[in-house]
Amino acid sequence: MTRGPRWTLKVDPIRCQAHGLCAELLPEVVDLDEWGYPLLPGEVPPLLLSEARAAAAGCPTLALRLVHTD
Amino acid sequence: MNRPATPTGDHRLLAAWSDTGRPDSYDAHLARHGNPPNADGRAWRERLIAEVTHSGLGGRGGAGFPTGRKLAAVAAGRGRKVVVANGCESDPGTHKDRVLAQYSPHLILDGALMAAAALHTNDIFLCAHRDGPTYQALGQALTQRPDADRFSLVDIPARFVASEESSLANFLSGGDARPTSKPPRVFESGVAGRPTLVSNIETLAHISLIARYGAEWFRSLGTGPSPGTALVTVGGAVRTPGVLEVAYGAALPDLVASVGGASEPLQALLIGGYSGCWVPDSVARTLHFSHEELRAAGTTVGVGSVLALPAGACGIAETARILSYLAGESASQCGPCMFGLPAITADFAAMASGAGANDRALAARLQGRLSVIAGRGACGHPDGAVRLAESALRTFAVDVDAHLHGRPCRGAGALPFLPIPRRALSLVG
Repeated sequence: MTRGPRWTLKVDPIRCQAHGLCAELLPEVVDLDEWGYPLLPGEVPPLLLSEARAAAAGCPTLALRLVHTD
Repeated sequence: MNRPATPTGDHRLLAAWSDTGRPDSYDAHLARHGNPPNADGRAWRERLIAEVTHSGLGGRGGAGFPTGRKLAAVAAGRGRKVVVANGCESDPGTHKDRVLAQYSPHLILDGALMAAAALHTNDIFLCAHRDGPTYQALGQALTQRPDADRFSLVDIPARFVASEESSLANFLSGGDARPTSKPPRVFESGVAGRPTLVSNIETLAHISLIARYGAEWFRSLGTGPSPGTALVTVGGAVRTPGVLEVAYGAALPDLVASVGGASEPLQALLIGGYSGCWVPDSVARTLHFSHEELRAAGTTVGVGSVLALPAGACGIAETARILSYLAGESASQCGPCMFGLPAITADFAAMASGAGANDRALAARLQGRLSVIAGRGACGHPDGAVRLAESALRTFAVDVDAHLHGRPCRGAGALPFLPIPRRALSLVG
């Protein structure tokens, strides 16, 4: 059985300013800690890839990136 | 000149101190060890890196990463390389690098030259905290050497995270002495974007001896997974606190005995520095000082310090003060560190003072915070604080329970036992 590349969200912790947009755009995957910084999942489910892409593109400080780990 | 005899015995780095009680001048150093070998082409460089790899030398700045692998990774990078000798030793309970710089500075300088030769570069930065004893000792040693102009001695701002490898690389590139995001790691892109070796000064001193006497000689002391000797700061409730050089695998009780023994009954040892872990005295008595045994016991060699806590002190209050220090030393760049460390410090302070006794949510809240902070900063600073806090909850579990039920231990209100720089105490009052 073959499978496509696996995708994860990575945050640059220095750039991240806790705007929290990622959790709004991708509530299924991103939780925020009590200070408003994202807690990211290990892997983004394939069905949510386009939302994850939108969350990365929408990050006000460009701290969030969708990277593939195969 | 004739090469002096290969050294025997456990005092390799501190041979000058153990033989004469004085630092080696440059002439005395050459009489003891001879000149370091001459760099001679690509094959020579590859052999030196292979020799360091085969020696099993691990970094002595805290992480213990294999030095040969680090050298090879930097050597594989493109363009001119940079060597950074890290003598900052920011941990307030650790003095081994200072003692090494004071007694055997020329081993450090030779080691930096050997690393630079292995990486085929002339760019060597010696980093130490401004006005500190290591800075002065290295500066003094340079005045004795004909090759002093090969080194740039740089003073680094006196902050804990200023000596993190990416902080040093950023500072030497003209920026702030604060960590930068990874990737890139400094071995790929460090000082001015060049492949950079950042190495602790004790590590470099070992390289200078491996270059002279070989990997087999290095491995003839220590254990299989932890070869060689190590400098260890032994302090706290011991009669004559100080820095020892021991072969890895030495029994922890022997380390304590070597500094005059415990000055009063002990309850725990803090091993590995302020980012290390507490271990109950009853467990520490059975352990040997090596990476493999300390890891199995839930702690780390870290920066090579062993600090003894007396039975009368309060481990929770001591931990609260160290956490306060670490929180104050955050570079304030990453949220989980900038907000998380003060939050767990406040929880520990409330637990220590007894103010948290009526706060039924405290234990769960603290556990929750500890579980989300580690691994989320640009550097390992928050991870170290979490490791310390978790080890305190394990080691002082009986006291934690008593404090949370309104029965703080008698030592909770005592003066700080472990050394904490003054500016840190504001957070715990």
